[in-house]
Amino acid sequence: MGARVTENLLRLGLHDLHVALGGKMVPFAGHEMPVQYPAGVMKEHLHTRVAAGLFDVSHMGQVILQPRDSYESVALALETLMPVDVLGVAQGRQRYGLFTNETGGILDDLMFANRGDHVFVVVNAACKAADIAHMTAHLSGVAEVIPVTDRGLLALQGPQAETALARLVPGAAAMRFMDVAILPWAGVDLWISRSGYTGEDGYEVSVPYAQLEAFARALLDQPEVMPIGLGARDSLRLEAGLCLYGHDIDTTTSPVEAGLVWAIQKARKAGGARAGGFPGATRILDELANGPERLRVGLLPEGRVPMREHTDLFADDATPVGQVTSGGFGPSVAAPIAMGYVATAFATIGTRLEGDVRGKRQPVTVASTPFQPTTYKR
Amino acid sequence: MKYTKDHEWLRVDGDLVVVGITQHAATALGDVVFVELPEVETVVAEGDEVCVIESVKAASDILAPVDGEIVEVNEKLADSPSLVNEDPQGAAWFFKMKLDDLSVLDDLMDEDEYNELIG
Repeated sequence: MGARVTENLLRLGLHDLHVALGGKMVPFAGHEMPVQYPAGVMKEHLHTRVAAGLFDVSHMGQVILQPRDSYESVALALETLMPVDVLGVAQGRQRYGLFTNETGGILDDLMFANRGDHVFVVVNAACKAADIAHMTAHLSGVAEVIPVTDRGLLALQGPQAETALARLVPGAAAMRFMDVAILPWAGVDLWISRSGYTGEDGYEVSVPYAQLEAFARALLDQPEVMPIGLGARDSLRLEAGLCLYGHDIDTTTSPVEAGLVWAIQKARKAGGARAGGFPGATRILDELANGPERLRVGLLPEGRVPMREHTDLFADDATPVGQVTSGGFGPSVAAPIAMGYVATAFATIGTRLEGDVRGKRQPVTVASTPFQPTTYKR
Repeated sequence: MKYTKDHEWLRVDGDLVVVGITQHAATALGDVVFVELPEVETVVAEGDEVCVIESVKAASDILAPVDGEIVEVNEKLADSPSLVNEDPQGAAWFFKMKLDDLSVLDDLMDEDEYNELIG
């Protein structure tokens, strides 16, 4: 097993390595994870943007959906939980998905891959138990829902991720954004996807716990690679305009409000081959047709004051028109950045608003995301 | 130099007291990206929130370590907040205070006592 429990926090396979590297361990979604290493959030963030950063994301949930009958029956069953075209994902490809609830809110966001004879799913740590219960309740008729508990998950992100990983696993270089492959390293099967959550090119690699530390050390031995904590993971994903579940999206926000319409393929929209038929379809299809009441937007505060989560946003009177859901300082942008929800009338790029920071109104402009151009290798 | 349990340092400079945060506090805060300084000529009481430091991680308050009047602030921090990480116990002082009675400093920790506090 890769985990041991200390004071109700799970310590995963790389705990001792994180401590040896000087990682500052903090509670995160029931796990003890490194928030930063001695280099600090700023340097770790900037290193990932110019070279390669190694993240331990073993706290995330890995699940296999093993068909009882056919792959197609599992793909179609998964479509009853998500407004996403699951059937259309080719073998060896991965797609972003969202479990929705009956009111059109989001239960979790996730990645799923077609691995030929089964579906491989990666879900958020905080939602892991609920997601597994949800899938077990709804998919057990067509698939065996198998939590993968004997493997950790690493992310290698940045423009030099390919160079670093390909030295160990040459086949990784030929992969394109959102490809998945099972490739060997030191006699072990690595489950690799060319994806991540930093806006950079890179990979996520699922490794058996028995070989996880050896593999992590082999990557850290590459001159391009530096260990990166959850602090920089957050600032990187914020600059990339990516949602953090529980903050930017939750059970009350619909995919349309969240600006995740790109994740709802044509086949599931009105007039599509398999339109509707997912939880919350009434609200979501209505919002697609008529527009939502509020929208998630990028926000650029003027000056240097960061606008943190829960900052109220105002137009010209005392009634808030929205609120910040993620905010901080963007090390690559070298300025404060944020995202949040505003009433649709105020969601046009360039709209000037004010955020209430410690009782003072600070100017902020609605901006397009990502704040930092993405470098996915398509 | 004197120290508070809130990880501030105080240094007597003529009839004024210079206030900043300790190396230990600066390290714990992480990379500082913004400092909101108090207004000069503000009369403050011990424990009042007088400054805000924003790091890449979070916002933190700086409390007035003793009663007194803020008479000068370090404007350099507005343009170069990273000074707080580079030289917290020197160039990155936050403000200078005028105290009625400097003897209140006697109640604060000396360096040995502070080092014991932070272990």
